Amino acid sequence: MTGNLLEIRDLHKRYGDVEVLKGVDCTMAQGDVISIIGSSGSGKTTMLRCINMLEEFQGGSIRIDGEEIGYETTGGTRRRKKEKEIARQRAMTGMAFQQFNLFPHMSAAENVMLGLVKVKGMRRDEARSVAEKWLDRVGLAERRDRFPGQLSGGQQQRVAIARAIAMNPKLMLFDEVTSALDPELVNEVLQVIKDLARDGMSMLLVTHEMRFAYEVSSRVIFMNQGRIGEEGNPREMFLKPQTERLAEFLKTSTFN
Amino acid sequence: MELVTFFETLWLARIPILKGIGVTVSISVLAILVGTVLGIGVGLALTYGARPLRWLVRGYTDFIRGTPVLVLVLASYYVLGTVGIDLGPFQAGVLALAVFCSSHVGEIVRGALQSIPKGQTEAAKAIGLTFPQTFAYVLGPQALRQVLPAWVNTAAEMVKASTLLSIIGVAELLLRTQELISRTFMSLEFYFFAGFLYFAVNYGIERFGRYVERKTSIPS
Repeated sequence: MTGNLLEIRDLHKRYGDVEVLKGVDCTMAQGDVISIIGSSGSGKTTMLRCINMLEEFQGGSIRIDGEEIGYETTGGTRRRKKEKEIARQRAMTGMAFQQFNLFPHMSAAENVMLGLVKVKGMRRDEARSVAEKWLDRVGLAERRDRFPGQLSGGQQQRVAIARAIAMNPKLMLFDEVTSALDPELVNEVLQVIKDLARDGMSMLLVTHEMRFAYEVSSRVIFMNQGRIGEEGNPREMFLKPQTERLAEFLKTSTFN
Repeated sequence: MELVTFFETLWLARIPILKGIGVTVSISVLAILVGTVLGIGVGLALTYGARPLRWLVRGYTDFIRGTPVLVLVLASYYVLGTVGIDLGPFQAGVLALAVFCSSHVGEIVRGALQSIPKGQTEAAKAIGLTFPQTFAYVLGPQALRQVLPAWVNTAAEMVKASTLLSIIGVAELLLRTQELISRTFMSLEFYFFAGFLYFAVNYGIERFGRYVERKTSIPS
């Protein structure tokens, strides 16, 4: 046991004949905030989705708190764990999506409560107060009984983050959470994430917001063609890129 | 004067007509109920079933949907008997309509489930819900709202299709009406009257569907 929160070893992922992850290694300690950057198709979102088994992967291993995620190897054969076990492991991480994916038939509070009641087994009133606490934290206390269709994109994304955080995950995964938002709504979401980072939440973020990655991350990973192209602290990465590929990527991305 | 005769005749024939309505309603309710339950199974199999099951069920729905209901009714009554399944006209008719209904409901359910964005399932998984939970709390309730309008349509179709059972001698509303007409020769009046009754039943179903739709609509 190494004491790492997240430990990815030699991760391989294929879609048919196309290998999208070609051996990724990554470790992360409690409280780390890591941004994953890179051009589209570089495998950053796929890597994130492997961590909570939204994608299957064919080789390598992922451990959270020492626990092997998704697969077990017995007697040399690698087998997918049982669905129930995978569901339990998924609850160890929380995820926010590019498209928010709120449940449209439930109010903001009910969206947050669902996992608390059905997965954590909380009583409804207990779950309700937890939900309200987190909705308050993301600045939406007054909107708790609104339905997703009655909220702006930024508000929906904040509810989605509250829904994930309320489950008290060990690690939060953010998958391009501002990419689908109007520019003027981006900041309210980034602010929420910054606050969570300040509270010591461990986070892995796939993002195109370079300025944000620079400010919030303790480490930045640059993905390039299914491998980690470069990684380091944000200052070094952004100001003194070591590889030509990263320098090129940074040139074409807006840093504002 | 003629109107008086019509009402007099109607009054005299009230018992058979009421019985006919009763039979029509029983056929429809049974066919819709059984067809819906079967249809949900068909829809689930088409959406989530393993490949061999999916093919099998796909074959079933395509075959049934491509067959005229009248053929199903006749086959159910005359053909099943030859293989030792002896059903009375009422049972055979309800079976045929239920099977027909199930293939339509199956398609409706499949369409509704498949129209739900993948992100919904992913979000449910991400908070640790198992698939049965995801279905019960996330997919099912959304699919239900989508299914409703088309389902109401199918239910109305079933009421109309129940008239076909008159061919195999089920004394439902249409057959009762025809018997009445053959005695009184008042075809215009009583066909019109029967048409009105069918309309009333279907209008009721449609209003009910609208009501449920309104009650379950998602605020936006």
